Amino acid sequence: MSKHNRRTVLAALGLALAATPALAQKKYDPGASDTEIKIGQTMPYSGPASAYGTIGKVHAGYFKMLNESGGINGRKINFISLDDGYSPPKAVEMVRRLVEQDEVLFTVNTLGTPTNSAIHRYMNQKKVPHLFLATGASKWNDPKNFPWTMGFNPNYQSEGKLYAQHILGSKPNAKIAVLYQNDDYGKDYLKGFMDGLGEKGKTMVVKTATYEVTDPTVDSQIVTLQSSGADTFFNITTPKFAAQAIRKVADIGWKPVHYLNQVSASVGSVLKPAGLDKSVGLISMLYIKDPSDPKWASDKSMQDYLAFMKKYVPEADPMDATNTYGLAVAQLTAHVLRQCGDNLTRENVMKQAASIKDFQVPIALPGVLVNTSADDYAPFQTMQLIRFDGTTWQSFGEPMAVK
Amino acid sequence: MEAVTSVEVAPLAPAQASGGVRGWSRGWIAAAIVLVLVACVLPFVASNYRLFQFTMVLIYAIALLGLNIVTGYNGQVSLGHGAFYAIGAYATAILMDKFGVPYWLCIPAAGAICLLAGFLFGLPALRLEGVYLALATFALGVALPQLLKYKHLEDWTGGVQGIILTKPDPPIASLFGLQLNPDRWLFLFTLAVTVLMFLVGWNLLRGRVGRALIAIRDQPIAAATMGIDTAMYKSLAFGVSAMFTGVAGALGAIAIAFVAPDSFTIFLSISLVVGMVVGGLASITGAFWGAIFIQFVPNLADQISKAAPWALYGAAMIVFMYVMPTGIAGALRLAWLRIKRRRGRGSPAA
Repeated sequence: MSKHNRRTVLAALGLALAATPALAQKKYDPGASDTEIKIGQTMPYSGPASAYGTIGKVHAGYFKMLNESGGINGRKINFISLDDGYSPPKAVEMVRRLVEQDEVLFTVNTLGTPTNSAIHRYMNQKKVPHLFLATGASKWNDPKNFPWTMGFNPNYQSEGKLYAQHILGSKPNAKIAVLYQNDDYGKDYLKGFMDGLGEKGKTMVVKTATYEVTDPTVDSQIVTLQSSGADTFFNITTPKFAAQAIRKVADIGWKPVHYLNQVSASVGSVLKPAGLDKSVGLISMLYIKDPSDPKWASDKSMQDYLAFMKKYVPEADPMDATNTYGLAVAQLTAHVLRQCGDNLTRENVMKQAASIKDFQVPIALPGVLVNTSADDYAPFQTMQLIRFDGTTWQSFGEPMAVK
Repeated sequence: MEAVTSVEVAPLAPAQASGGVRGWSRGWIAAAIVLVLVACVLPFVASNYRLFQFTMVLIYAIALLGLNIVTGYNGQVSLGHGAFYAIGAYATAILMDKFGVPYWLCIPAAGAICLLAGFLFGLPALRLEGVYLALATFALGVALPQLLKYKHLEDWTGGVQGIILTKPDPPIASLFGLQLNPDRWLFLFTLAVTVLMFLVGWNLLRGRVGRALIAIRDQPIAAATMGIDTAMYKSLAFGVSAMFTGVAGALGAIAIAFVAPDSFTIFLSISLVVGMVVGGLASITGAFWGAIFIQFVPNLADQISKAAPWALYGAAMIVFMYVMPTGIAGALRLAWLRIKRRRGRGSPAA
């Protein structure tokens, strides 16, 4: 080969390499290397929300299990989960530690609306992926202004829309009464619900009532709503008030079609105190398999879950739905990392998180698929309608999607 | 005079730790200047994350000095100083966010608001003594986070969502050729405010006012007979104390760049009490030791044990109180006295 030729070949090779850098090169940002991926998190292990701390333990257990079976694309997960005590200033301090000192590649499932609000702007200024937040506020789906933040929980507005769709489909002339908590959570639900009803909403909703978190009961609100002559009731309340409302509705002999928001769809903490017999016929939503539902007993993902819990998180109660939630987050995170391949830059992590297509999280309900895109950061937009039969939630109909 | 106490309240701090604030001595001033100079260099050697933590230490130190004025020096136990911290923080956040007031102007404004709030709270609190006062202030600390969520205040406070602020940029890009960034600038700014507040506090406590406060704490009846207007002094002590804590809250809001009701739970008030007692009651330098304790010990405990960090924190507190019953500052003072005595004995001149 002549000198001239060799130069041409080299140049061509160089050009070819330059044209396809992603295929040939491994790319890393802080927190990633050939052997390791660092992931950070803050969790309320202490303080008023410490019951949620078990989520972080499930994550740690899951990543440990992954590491023992070789990690993701040959890299071990180094998972750093710190206590923020559900305090915004502490969350800021801990997240700054994760980003600036531990240099994590991204954070995952940081829990709480106030704590995430405190770090929202910081994460976006630092351009560190702020993934799968454990809160349902709608503000996390704002890719235009906050391209580095993505929620996990189906947001309250989407869920409200789904109930509206169901009412329009099953009872188009319903007279609807709504009870909601007078804060952002309640208003988010109501907004989604009204958006879903569309133009007809103004005539269909005959009465709304609100309560304050500090109110002792919602009895008088229920009586007011009943007297409006409504035959459908949308119940946007947190567990304590949900139980009161369910019981009061039954006690005064009101028999509306009763929709209960997912926040309070817990058999143990809401329906039991309200009275299981009084809860028959309630309609709600689920998106993750309920471990206490006997129908999943022979389900592969549920058996895997139970085995996993026994081995890696033995101190937690596997029947607690908080733990299946934790597993769903960990499974989705692992999926995103697999998709990233050898390009472990923060930009690519965000890109992969924002281009999930019809992914079935194993522990999520069949048919509840994760979909994200560059201008829609809400992973869960499909949910399953469920109806309470007196002992357990029964799903009915196909999983519903908001489009 | 109605404010004369009927109940004998034991002095909160043991005699050897509760001495009045001394005037300046050359050694002290030199040490303070050296410390401030060292602190000035800190931003350019420490990482931004550490710097943020040091900024928080300074902020807590101001708050602790405030609490010490009313509890340590004046003997009125307050378990609700987190409320004044919150008022200072919210005053700053609302002024910055809704009215576009520059951050440095918010600090004196927050201080003034808290001075008034503290003074007004101090008036009815005059009728309460000891544990009763502690309970009343505790109620204030418990109630305030809920009040911040109140519907009709929501337009101002942002309700449960709180208010998000922007961290101030440094006014100049570099100082003596050293690069500034928001964290470095904020530390230097906080340091300046801290020095100012401590000078004010020291000046207040070393003179007539300080002696009056201590007299009211130790011998309220004697103090009243000597002509000290106990009611006025007690209310003022509350006001000034709230002002210090409010200034700290204002700085805290700027450093965290976010305020929400959940930031100021009763745990904050309790932390301040812990910091004050561990640092040293009725001690100015104790404020720094206490601030270092409440900032770093929880993190240390969390690193040692994930399972029971607060048990470790509690254990650390007990050890500190057992080994140093007069706080860190008190223990250091006793150690210093002992060294001096031994040296004195050793020298032939003595």
